[in-house]
This record gives sequence, structure tokens and C-alpha cells, in this order.
Amino acid sequence: MKDFAYVPARTLGEAASALYEKGDRVRVLAGGTDIIVQVREDRRDLDALIDVKAIPELNDLSYSASDGLSLGAAVPCYRIYGDEEVSSAYPGLIDAVSMIGGVQIQGRASVGGNLCNASPAADGIPPLIVYEATCRVYGPDGFREISVEQFCTAPGQTVLSRGELLVALHIPAPKPRSSGRYIRFIPRNEMDIAVAGSGVHVTLDSSSSRIESARVALSAVAPTPLFLPEIGDFLAGKEATDDVIAEAGEMARNAARPISDMRGTADQRKHLCAVLTRRALNGAIQRVREA
Amino acid sequence: MPRQIVRFNLNGEDVELLCEPRESLLEVLREHLTMTGTKEGCNNGNCGACNVILDGRLVNSCLVLSVEADGSSVVTIEGIATEDGLHPIQTKYLEHAALQCGICTPGFIVASKALLDETPDPSELEVRQFLAGNLCRCTGYDKIIRAVLDAAKTMQADAR
Repeated sequence: MKDFAYVPARTLGEAASALYEKGDRVRVLAGGTDIIVQVREDRRDLDALIDVKAIPELNDLSYSASDGLSLGAAVPCYRIYGDEEVSSAYPGLIDAVSMIGGVQIQGRASVGGNLCNASPAADGIPPLIVYEATCRVYGPDGFREISVEQFCTAPGQTVLSRGELLVALHIPAPKPRSSGRYIRFIPRNEMDIAVAGSGVHVTLDSSSSRIESARVALSAVAPTPLFLPEIGDFLAGKEATDDVIAEAGEMARNAARPISDMRGTADQRKHLCAVLTRRALNGAIQRVREA
Repeated sequence: MPRQIVRFNLNGEDVELLCEPRESLLEVLREHLTMTGTKEGCNNGNCGACNVILDGRLVNSCLVLSVEADGSSVVTIEGIATEDGLHPIQTKYLEHAALQCGICTPGFIVASKALLDETPDPSELEVRQFLAGNLCRCTGYDKIIRAVLDAAKTMQADAR
């Protein structure tokens, strides 16, 4: 591996200063499961890695039924699915954090890092989008908040500017009669990168038959994770019939803008968007009804 | 970059050494400490051959910088057997012939230990899912899965 400096930051201020000072020549290190590979494979040429794991705000995992979830940007996946309250409140997020890599990766990798790495195929991002998560960012001008769907701008690119780092994600408290689901297609059973993925969140009415509101986001079919508000608009107020769910799947197929690559063709990915979105919607609806 | 002092507990003994930030925990174990039981496979987090237990969590040591291990506790394959002999997991791997070339075996055994520490009586599905991050190109996994299930059974019986 090329030489670089290791800078352990103890506070947000220290991290932001180090990030500002060196600009594009530094990156944040949390779990390291993406960045260490990128440096080793010469995909990034850096002067330093700023280790943010010891900063208290980035390690906070707190949930309450009234305030929702505060998820520090460096909290590893295993702590999220290891928390019973969080697991029952956000099953669609748990779907993702328990399928990112194997247990070895989940012991280190964080959802915040998954977001900042900004891979179009990131499994962690569609659930954040459909659960209406917001990002708390710290930088030279203090704190700012931004919605997750606005965070990624291109493959590997985010809205973070010089000196800024992601501190935490906030997910609102779950609404009654609502649930989420994230599923992806991979050729293996485990340990692979999504050919396509679909994350959904639905809220049903008191009869559990009509959809009050819904959110859908796709992975691996556009340069960034793809939020599709038009599907939510279409579903709102409709009975959750097979035809309606199938139509939502068709909308996902038509909205996807995939490329063909080693993992799959554009046509296959569009097809998968329809199937996965239909299944994810049915899965989330089933979760509401079984709760 | 200047080398940094890194101290950690390795298989129960405190070690202290000078590391460059770019050196992975895997490199340091094998090249500075000559603990060559931990293997380098893919060196990018896919194969699990380099698995060690870091502060109680199973990790790929190729994806941990040596300097990140400062102050931690590390268990490698060399720390699995006891003074009395092989760990039951190791014995069962032998009994079931759960290895051929053996390169993946230290990683599999460390991962199996991490699994059974956390879940003493796993189902076959749990074993398969937990070991999904370990790749073997020889055995086809079935013997490995059987060895782990048998080790769990034996350890449960011994604990009673």
C-alpha cells in the first residue's frame, strides 16, 4: 500500500480541521472496509486517513419511540441489528445491515460509511431514503442537515464539501401501521454486490387494506441510489391489490436508468426493479399486517 | 511516514511494536510477529482467510490498519488451541476431514470459534450464514459445516 499518515481524531473539531487542511488528499476512516481496499488498489491516492471512530457523536446509537433513531455515522452494522428495539422499529434497515458483506464486514462497516462511499449499489442507502432519514453534517460552518436522497451526487461523490464530515443519521420514529423492506438480487446467496435492489416503506390505513403513503428507492440502477417519489404518489390512497402493487413495480422498471456491466445487463436490471419492488411492497405490507 | 508505537494483547500476551500506518494488522501479524497461521488470501475483504477476533468481533485483518489495533485484544489461530491440546473445533475439522489444501482453514476455524462463542447451539442455516464470508476452493463446505455442528454438539455436551 502507498504511504499515508494516520490521524486519530478525538473530536468533531479535530476531524473537520484535518479534513479542511488537506482537502481532496484526505478521507475519513470509519470501518475501513471500502477505503482501505480503495487505497490498497490505488483507486485513491491520499496523504492521510482521518480515523473518526473514537469521536463520541459518531458512535452514538440511541432510539426512543418518540424521537426515533439517532445513528452515529461510524456505528458498525452489528450494533444496529444487535439492538432489539431498533430491529423491531426499522426492519427494512435491518434487512440491509444484515446483508452487507459477511459477519466480518458487519463487525466494522458502518451505514454512515456506506452512505459516504456513495456506491450506486449500496444496500444501506435505499432503506435510509424510504425511512426519511436525514444526515447531520459538521464542517467549518458548523452543523447542517440534509436529507439522504440529496446526499449522493454521482458514483463515489457526495454533497460534502471541504472540511465536512457526516456525524449521524436521524430516522423519524416509526408511524403506526407502517413498515419497511429492502431486498436485492444477487447470483449467490450471501456476500455479493446487488445487481439491483429495492427498498420500500408503507403506511396502511386502520383496515390494513389501503395504502396511506409509500416511499420507494432503488439501488444499482442509476448513478446514485434512486428515490422515486412518483411511485409513492401513485400508491397513496389506493387499495393494496395485486394489480396496484404490480403497477408500482412497472413504474420502478420504467424509472430505472441502469447500465450493463459484469453484474448484469440493463434489461435484466429493469426487469429486476419490477420484481423486487413488487416483492418488497408485499413484504412491507405483510410486516404491517403481522405486527 | 514515521512508524508509530502500537501495543495490543495478542492471544493473551502484550505485544509492542513499531508500525507504519499503511501496514495492515495482517501484515504485522505475519511479517513483524511471525505469526504466520493467519493467511493472506484475497487481501480485499472477500475470502476470510485472514480472520482474527478483534476485541471479541470477527474481522478481516487485511481490512484493519495495524495502528487501529492499538489498545485492543487480538486472537489469532495460534490462540485457539489450549495447553491441553487442540480446541474441539480443530479436532472436529480433522475428524470430518474438513480441509484439503488448508489455506482457508485458520480463517474458518477462527470464524467458527467466533460463531460458537456467540451462538453455542447454531442451526445449520446459522452456520452457513455465519461462514458465508469465508471462501474455500477445495472442500465444497459441506464437511466444514458438519465439523462445526459436531463441535457445537460436543462442546455443549462437555459443558453439561
